[in-house]
Amino acid sequence: MAAIASDHGHGHGHDEALHHQFENMEQQNDSYIVGMWTFLVTEVMFFGALFLIYTLYRSMYQMDFFLAHEALNVQMGMINTFVLLFSSFTVAMSVRYAQLQKRGGVLAMLGITQVCALAFMVVKYFEYQEKFGHHLYPGPGFGSHPEYLHGATPNFAQLYFGLYFGMTGLHGLHVVIGMIVIGYLMAKWWRNSPMVTKDYIPTELVGLYWHFVDLVWIFLFPLMYLMPKP
Amino acid sequence: MSAIPADPNVTAVSATPRTETNYLNADWSIKSWLLTGDHKRIAILYLVSVSFFFFLGSIAAGLIRYELTAPAGFILESETYNKVFSAHGIIMVFLFLIVAIPAILGNFLLPLMIGARDMAFPRLNLLSWYLFMAGGILIMGGMINGGVDSGWTFYVPYSSMYANSNVTMVLTGIFIAGFSSITTGINFIVTTHKMRAPGMTWFRLPLMVWALYATGVVIILGTPVVAVTLLCIIFERVFHLPIFSAELGGDPVLFQHLFWFYSHPAVYIMILPAFGVQSELIANFARKRVFGYHLIAFSSLAIAGLGFLVWGHHMFISSESMYQGVVFSLISFLVAIPSAIKVFNWTATLYKGNIRLQTPMIYALGFIGLFTIGGLTGLFLGCLGTDVHLTNTYFIVAHFHYVMVGGAVTAFLGGLHYWWPKMTGRLYPESIAKWNAVLVFIGFNLTFFPQFIVGFMGMPRRYHYYYFAPEFQPYHIMSTLGSTVLALSFIIPGLYLTRSLSKGAKASANPWGAHGLEWETSSPPPTSNFDQIPVVLDEVYDFDPVTEHEQDKAAQALEVPSYLSNEAKSAESEKEKR
Repeated sequence: MAAIASDHGHGHGHDEALHHQFENMEQQNDSYIVGMWTFLVTEVMFFGALFLIYTLYRSMYQMDFFLAHEALNVQMGMINTFVLLFSSFTVAMSVRYAQLQKRGGVLAMLGITQVCALAFMVVKYFEYQEKFGHHLYPGPGFGSHPEYLHGATPNFAQLYFGLYFGMTGLHGLHVVIGMIVIGYLMAKWWRNSPMVTKDYIPTELVGLYWHFVDLVWIFLFPLMYLMPKP
Repeated sequence: MSAIPADPNVTAVSATPRTETNYLNADWSIKSWLLTGDHKRIAILYLVSVSFFFFLGSIAAGLIRYELTAPAGFILESETYNKVFSAHGIIMVFLFLIVAIPAILGNFLLPLMIGARDMAFPRLNLLSWYLFMAGGILIMGGMINGGVDSGWTFYVPYSSMYANSNVTMVLTGIFIAGFSSITTGINFIVTTHKMRAPGMTWFRLPLMVWALYATGVVIILGTPVVAVTLLCIIFERVFHLPIFSAELGGDPVLFQHLFWFYSHPAVYIMILPAFGVQSELIANFARKRVFGYHLIAFSSLAIAGLGFLVWGHHMFISSESMYQGVVFSLISFLVAIPSAIKVFNWTATLYKGNIRLQTPMIYALGFIGLFTIGGLTGLFLGCLGTDVHLTNTYFIVAHFHYVMVGGAVTAFLGGLHYWWPKMTGRLYPESIAKWNAVLVFIGFNLTFFPQFIVGFMGMPRRYHYYYFAPEFQPYHIMSTLGSTVLALSFIIPGLYLTRSLSKGAKASANPWGAHGLEWETSSPPPTSNFDQIPVVLDEVYDFDPVTEHEQDKAAQALEVPSYLSNEAKSAESEKEKR
């Protein structure tokens, strides 16, 4: 079924950024992009299951979820939304600078992204601290200060906060992972590593991941913070 | 195979590149194994570790069988019995079946079959093995350190609230092992899309590759869902985050929905690669183009797709609405169509084939029979009326063992024998292997066929007493007897395959005269698989029945074993001339 190719351009040793299993940079870049999107599919399924649980419980306990959600701080959530949206913009800019091979621009934009991510986590910290202080963390002692429940049935409010902490917690974990990955990418750019400077694709991959993290928040924010009265 | 090129120079090149170094002897240090990116070495790492887990899971199975020989049990207490069958299920599902064919044979073969140097992401591949080992060690740790008694299904609220066993640790292990599965799936998909050799179009791919691709799709869509579902139990146990708590108004049945959304497709993760192996074995040992190539390829994708729409048939008696039940039952019946297409196509491939009854073929023929029984009894269970009677009995146990052991394990053994010369460069002893293949078939049927009967009579699964119905005992004894035979037939290949590593005859590049790119490189292949990336000119199953028949007759006339390819024969005759 097969013959042997007489000759083909095989770039072993020619290109430092090319891994041995690939024939050329195009194949390598295509594989990276397909791989990243495939990974994002798994992430969508991962969060998708949680969104399904949320949707079901919210439809079952509409009024209680609405009352419980009034304990959340919409201002803080709003600030975080804009912080993340802006960080998505800076990541997009860093990819653009990577395409233009402008190392300074990439580093600056990724740096701003890191600051945004950190700001997000700091705001999150204060939000969580407030909820803990109000005894809104599920478990024994939940709702011992009923004024913070805004009249929601404690049991159903506990379900709501279980999902709130579970989902925003997992999202926060993704933000932290994103910070580590962006930090690694920045270090590579800082050292002028050919792995990232030769081609914009590695920067693009990190950018894709970061956009996904933003996207999850863009769903979480209205679902958790912005409920209409049923 | 490739119409033998007319140009003598080309023939000389396409004869296997006889490099002395191969992927096994390229570097002997332990570090070179533990830090390897080579898909073939990772497959060997998986082979060793998965065999170990299979051994542990089998011990648990043996304990279950021996306990059940007496109506009141005699070696295990109730608590211990629960832990033993949980251990058997968890190890066999998460540490053996899901990884066995994809991560061992799939990892080894996928790049070879499509003419690539390696997987698209070799380091991710290695990471997948480390995640698997980390998960495996955690699961084992949990089992040694007190065990887990919730069954492999971890139904809430038992697993989240009441179980005092090591649920959290074992779940963490399964969660981590899930990511090992995901990384393998991503690698399969990207490799199939992007790493194919020039000329290797989608419809020239071996059917094994189609099956692995479909498996990859199921893995990436299903595994994250079960990961997050099990994570919810961990949340509940460790962080008191109520997700499925019925006492607060949560929905425990929702857990079952999410769990089976993965765990039903997971059976296709186990069986789809087995279908792939089966297609390769049948085509090669019938010496014939596989019948209905396109239908087999698409039926793999159809099973992958339909598999996600049938999970409700595990929940007919768990407060699911009647209409849900009817819909899930109907779609479950639909899955029978692509499965039957495969079985009929394999059978049709045998027709007028030039059948060579060698070890892998015996496994493959056994597979057809056992899988058919397993599949048809699945219809009893997918049917609402009969399921109410049969669910949670030994009938269901027998059904899924027919598919998982009779299907997946048989195909795994067949595939392991078929590709053993390629993986190790050694031939296994054919006659003992042949008899062992028959022994597997006998032992298997003896173990699980009585379970259909005793299940139909009403023996519940997960019980270790049946003093209320001592008439079940003969069936249980028959089953235990069969499991002993089966255990023996798993130990024997372990012994002769290990022995063949040092004592076996050296294998030629293509000891079966098989078609496919993996047979065009040396055995064992060099680290980079091919000295030059091949260009594919034709479909993989280009057997010509007429020449095959003549070759076979000529081979018989010369009294040379027919599986020796022309290539090997000519090499031998050349040696004699010298």
